[in-house]
Amino acid sequence: MTDRIAALKSRPLLTPFNIFAAIILVIGAFLTFKRFTQGIGAVSNLTDTHPWGIWIGFDLLTGVALAAGGYVTSAAVHIFGKKEYHSAIRPAILTGFLGYSLVVFALLYDVGRPWKLPYPFLVSQGVTSVMFEVGACVMLYLTVLFLEFSPAALEWLGLSKIRKTVVRLTMLLTILGVILSTLHQSSLGALFLLAPSKLHPLWYSPYLPIFFFVSSIAAGLSMVIFESTMAHKKFEIYMDDRHKQEYNPVAFGFGRAAALVLAAYFACKVFGIALDNNWRFLFTGWGAWFLFELSGFVLLPCFMYSIGVRDRNPKVIRAASVITVLGIMLNRLNVSVIAFNYHVPADERYFPSIMEIGITLFIITIGILVYRFIVTRMPVLYKHPDYEDVH
Amino acid sequence: MGITRRSFLGWLTGAAGVATGAKTVEAAHGHFNGYPDSYAILHDTTLCIGCRSCEAACNTVNNLPKPEKSFKDLTVLDEKRRTTPHAFTVVNKYTDPHTGKITYRKDQCNHCQEPACASACFVGAFKKTPEGSVQYDASVCVGCRYCQIACPFNIPTFDFDDAFTPKITKCTMCQPRIEKGQLPGCVEACPMEALTFGKRSDLVEIARERIRKYPQRYIDHIYGMDEMGGTNWLYITETPFEQVGMRTDLGVTPAPEFTSGALSIVPMIIGLWPVLLGGLYVINKRRDEIDEHEKEEAVKTAIENANNGGKEGRHDR
Repeated sequence: MTDRIAALKSRPLLTPFNIFAAIILVIGAFLTFKRFTQGIGAVSNLTDTHPWGIWIGFDLLTGVALAAGGYVTSAAVHIFGKKEYHSAIRPAILTGFLGYSLVVFALLYDVGRPWKLPYPFLVSQGVTSVMFEVGACVMLYLTVLFLEFSPAALEWLGLSKIRKTVVRLTMLLTILGVILSTLHQSSLGALFLLAPSKLHPLWYSPYLPIFFFVSSIAAGLSMVIFESTMAHKKFEIYMDDRHKQEYNPVAFGFGRAAALVLAAYFACKVFGIALDNNWRFLFTGWGAWFLFELSGFVLLPCFMYSIGVRDRNPKVIRAASVITVLGIMLNRLNVSVIAFNYHVPADERYFPSIMEIGITLFIITIGILVYRFIVTRMPVLYKHPDYEDVH
Repeated sequence: MGITRRSFLGWLTGAAGVATGAKTVEAAHGHFNGYPDSYAILHDTTLCIGCRSCEAACNTVNNLPKPEKSFKDLTVLDEKRRTTPHAFTVVNKYTDPHTGKITYRKDQCNHCQEPACASACFVGAFKKTPEGSVQYDASVCVGCRYCQIACPFNIPTFDFDDAFTPKITKCTMCQPRIEKGQLPGCVEACPMEALTFGKRSDLVEIARERIRKYPQRYIDHIYGMDEMGGTNWLYITETPFEQVGMRTDLGVTPAPEFTSGALSIVPMIIGLWPVLLGGLYVINKRRDEIDEHEKEEAVKTAIENANNGGKEGRHDR
């Protein structure tokens, strides 16, 4: 414990990362001002034909998928009884909670009238909309994640009574989390069911909700591995022995699960092509791009995970997790931006502006800084000494 | 916010319909054929001369800002245009690459019978009126632009340059004028009668009659009759529809049907998941308990054996 406090106090302020982060924050503040005084058009390349860009494709769709580690890990430990991965829960819940918070934060930039975001629930309910379901589930799940993460904050603050009450809810929150995640992870795919004429047939499928849900599990598993790899590099001093001991076993266990889920996802995608008889599109330019996504970012990491688990090679597993995370990003961008409006002439197509990318980087940077603030202070990577033995 | 029985049912069913609870019931029984006495507009492109009078009238009637180039300036037609926040309707010129024949077509909201925008909107800002138009209510709009994603005709536009009250804009079919017994602005202004306003059912008859009378002049299809479940703006033309920028691959399925299946799964997940997940939890817990119990038993037996072994030597063997 004293080591950790000493480590925290001795952290230098002027590291290259901190300077880089500070620059991004300053630029981000400027872009935020511009966005909220001059409108979305002043900072983005969004148009009436391409109303959704990277703020939806990356910040929202990819963000939610990558934040799936929270429900996947708590389900694995609490429901499937994989107690040996207990040390993975708190970092995963933290990543999930931050991920969803940032998604909502990013939405404030993307929607035209962010102050009206409570309207769908309080003023005028559009229950026929998939977006309504997404909104309701994300809002509820953010609350669940907040409660799931709160014991760490409460231990840090020394509020043991409230902590005890919240911990009693663990099972309920876990089940609620899985239900809500099943619903909105799939609904994000279902959003695009409404636009069969705009999304390329290779990506459009009546099974889009299932594709999104299954791939979110792979994304969640991979993100836990990826996040723990990064944490191990940067914050090892804050880890307790159990966390260090479970470092590789978590990678093996989650890697094995990811291999299976990716294999299932691959099969689902092939069935999707078969059931709509879309084989002919595979031999076009779009087909090549589709096969690139499917072989490079689904099949390849699936094999890498399998080999990594068989050969007990954590390096291969960690590499596979990075590829899977990139693959999820590519898939979500394909569905929402790249293969969307595929028939629009090349010169009218959307490419994000530098300012749009700047705002996205700004949001990611905030996420990393908050993550660092929390893991260097709260019992996330280690057990709080007062609660060593309690569950 | 007060949950009524109807809104509760809406939650439960995921609501396949667009507008009201009654609509949901109707959809469950079969095909919705649009409001019976709804109005529509028939656009006969063979009569259109590309004079932009309709655009000018639309601009005046809706109090839109005057464009840089006057409506009399026909060079505007050289460029392909789409609707904008300041132009609810645009006329485009299409030249046949082989014959050089020119066709003009007016573009605006087609006022779908079961609008994609309405089924997309999570605040219910779009409403299909029994008169036939699709109305938008800016006061509840969050500005998420899902309606723009959903619209198969790429019609709704958004004020990307307005930071404070950006809203969606689109043709209203001149609903306020219809209510006053007036013709929509564009229809009234058209000097060629390329636009006809009337009951949708009557317009379908008129269109059929024209096609029957002049089979060499028209393609035997009324666009909007069934496209996306049917629209309240109908088109007949001499030029193949694809050549005048109209998609012929939209199909006849009304937009709400694309998502109703996915939405209907929601209550099933809510019903089944707790039992499934709770069951898994109980099974795993029980397995752990049995393991624990067996371990204890094994330890106990081992200790007993060891004790017995101490007393009785090699008797066991």
